[in-house]
Order: sequence, then structure tokens, then C-alpha cells
Amino acid sequence: MSTSDQTRPLLDDDGIDRRGFLKCMNWAGTGILWTLAGGLPQGIGLDRALAADATPLPFTFLQISDSHVGFDKPANPNALATLQEAIDRIKALPVKPAFMIHTGDISHLSKASEFDNADKLIGESGMQVFYVPGEHDLLDEQQGKAYLDRYGKGSKGAGWYSFDRDGVHFVGLVNVAGLTAGGLGKLGPEQLAWLKSDLAGLSASTPVVVFAHIPLWSIYPEWGWGTDDGAEALSNLKRFGSVTVLNGHIHQVMQKVEGNVTFHTARSTAFPQPAPGTAPAPGPMKVPAGDLGKYLGVATVDFVRGSQPLAIVDRPLAG
Amino acid sequence: MSGPASQLPGPPGGHSPANRPSPTQHRAHLVAAGLLALSWLAAAPEASAAGPTATVQIENFTFTPAQLSIEAGTTVTWINHDDIPHLVAASDKAFRSPPLDTDESFSFTFSTPGTFDYFCALHPRMTGTIQVTAKAK
Ligand SMILES: [Cu+2]
Repeated sequence: MSTSDQTRPLLDDDGIDRRGFLKCMNWAGTGILWTLAGGLPQGIGLDRALAADATPLPFTFLQISDSHVGFDKPANPNALATLQEAIDRIKALPVKPAFMIHTGDISHLSKASEFDNADKLIGESGMQVFYVPGEHDLLDEQQGKAYLDRYGKGSKGAGWYSFDRDGVHFVGLVNVAGLTAGGLGKLGPEQLAWLKSDLAGLSASTPVVVFAHIPLWSIYPEWGWGTDDGAEALSNLKRFGSVTVLNGHIHQVMQKVEGNVTFHTARSTAFPQPAPGTAPAPGPMKVPAGDLGKYLGVATVDFVRGSQPLAIVDRPLAG
Repeated sequence: MSGPASQLPGPPGGHSPANRPSPTQHRAHLVAAGLLALSWLAAAPEASAAGPTATVQIENFTFTPAQLSIEAGTTVTWINHDDIPHLVAASDKAFRSPPLDTDESFSFTFSTPGTFDYFCALHPRMTGTIQVTAKAK
């Protein structure tokens, strides 16, 4: 992160100023409730959203990520149970979000049984879900066919697509397909060309929400936490007044604002990962027994017309 | 959403399988993998139908050794010790393991001399090289 990055205070559910996000980013999560206010997103943790008064929010959607169904290692022996917790919390929200975005790693090993279990549980929310794949979702022998058969209807290439909802343009990108030696996440020329034409007809005042599994901004390339051609994708978004980029993959909340672009990563519903550089390698991080729920979460986004930023609320499963 | 039915990009253009040895896979649980590796290491090359063997450990998102020199005919086994899966893939697509979960392994016999670069298809910053020299006469 360069020092020129403009960060603005964004209070998470713990009330911590996000300027301090480098200190607090070793979180995983249940989900984020996203509010788009004036085209900028703001996140509210699920706990606070549950506690919040039920003031009608014009337009709210939800982000969950990295459910890794099938994961059973010591960091979380039952990833399905923590996903269940997240879904139960979502079902209890006072205002039902318009839909849900899942930013990938639905499954741990792309097994049919893992996708089945995830679908059954996430289906309990009764919400429409928009998926993009994580690298763990493309591990079938045909390297992604299982994902596309299940989630790829109407998408292009490895599973990218766009849609419009309440005047907001949403773009789901795939940066985990056909990765090459030595590289980071990758969108590839075909997808970049599609993105350019997809955005071409939009007025600059259209709020745009872009979501993909691996962060499109460079968080920590040493651990593969970035996208090689992410900057090229973002160059197409510079002219828009409000851009929100939602990612997963790193299993902790990180946020930054650069010009009109707000970047946000969601917690996992399965297991936390260490903060960048604080361990020999990324990977499942074991936390003290009873503390796991503090590291897992869901995010909600409220989209409120006006001049304020879009509100993102990160909610841990517990704590 | 709208648009044509989704399509996977086709598999990359065919490489000739003519000179390619076929991969053998060993997917075993902790104990089995350990025993297998031990027995391979212990086996005298001339006594083993599979020829000489070598092992690459996968730990902390790193292949060790990252550079390995072997003689043609050697079977290399990769063992994953991390709590997250890895997937060993040759850059030229000569071999590709299934996803290797914790304590699972994958073996491949290198029968032709050359330099074989590989990486983890899940974490492509993980890279390694197998240098295969001609079999000693
Ligand atoms: Cu890997």
C-alpha cells in the first residue's frame, strides 16, 4: 500500500477507525451487509446490523465469501457449521437484503458433495445469489466445468457477467482461471476486452460495483494477494463517480479508498488467515478455542442515494 | 443476467504425448503416505521396478527443494504438509496432479532429459524446477 493511498475513517462494527486497518485486518468474517449511499459503499458488521433499528434502507445487498465447504482442518473442523451460523444470522436480519454476492471459494476441493452442501445451506436464505469462483472452485478434472455447470448460466468465458439492479451496475469477474507460473490472480485479455465494452455504454454517474475472488488491488503480492492485470481492469473504472470493489480470498477485512474507488475484502465464513507478513505463509490460522466466531463474518452494503458514501457493514459471527 | 451459455475455455493445444511418461498418482492418508515415501527412499534403485526416486516436500507454500536434479527414469513424489491443498502443474502441461489435500502426494516419472518447470496451480507464486539429466551408462 503506498502512502499516497487516501484512506478515510470507516468505522467497523468494533468502532475501530479503518485508518488503523493494518492492525485490525487479521479477521475473517461471516458476511458484509453493503449499503450504497450516494454510490459509495459502506460496510456494517452483521452484529451491528442486527442490533440496528429497522430504518428502511433503500437498497441493501449482502456479501459472503470463502465458505470453503469441505474444509475440516484444525483451524475449523466444521466449515459447514460456521456457514450455517452465517446463514442463520442473515435470515435474522431485520431488513432483508435485495440479494447476496458470494465472492468465491464456495467449496474447498470442488467436490460435487461440497457444492451440494453449500447450495442447500445458502439456499436456506431464500435470497438470489450471484457467484464468482475462487481457485478452490475450479479443481475438478475439467478445471472449472463443475463450477460453470452449476453457477455459470448466462455468464461468459470462465464465468464473468454483469447485471443492473436499482440503477447500480454490478460486474462479476473471474481472476482465478488459468493461473500461470509465478503470477498472481489474472483476468486475461478476453475478459478485459469484455469489461471494457461492458462499461462503455454507461454514463459516468452510474454507480458500479465490481466483485471478484482475489483482490483486484495489490495487497500483498508476496502471498499472491493481488491481480496481475487488476490495474488494467481498474483503469476502465476511473471515469465513474462511484466504484466499489468487493473481494474475498484473504479471509480478513481490509479496506482502502483511492479516488472514487472503494476497495473492500470480506471475512471468510470458514477460517481466518494471518495478516500479511505476520506468518511464514498464508493459510488457515488457528485461533484460541471459542474465538473463531470473531474472525468469521458476513458483510452488508446499503445503497442510499445522496452524497454520502455507500455503507459497508462487516459483521463477525461472534464477539 | 443475459448472454450466451457459459463456456469453459478449451483445454490448451495438445502437446505430443509420444515421449511423455505417464503420471502415477498416490493419494494416501497421513500414515500411508509416510510409509510409501519411506519405502521408496529405502528401495535400492536396481531393486525397484520404478527406478530411482526423489521427494519434494510442500510446506509453508514452498517446494523443497525448489531446484531438483535427477537422472532420467527417476520418479519424483511431491508430498503436501500444509493445511491447505496445493496442485502441482508443469508449466508445459507435461504433468498435472489432482488437488493434493493435507498429507496427500503425487508422483511422476521423468523418463526424458530436460528442464521441467512447474508451479502450484492454486498458488502460482509457488514454483520449482526438475532438471533431468541423461541416465548414467
Ligand atoms: Cu499451492
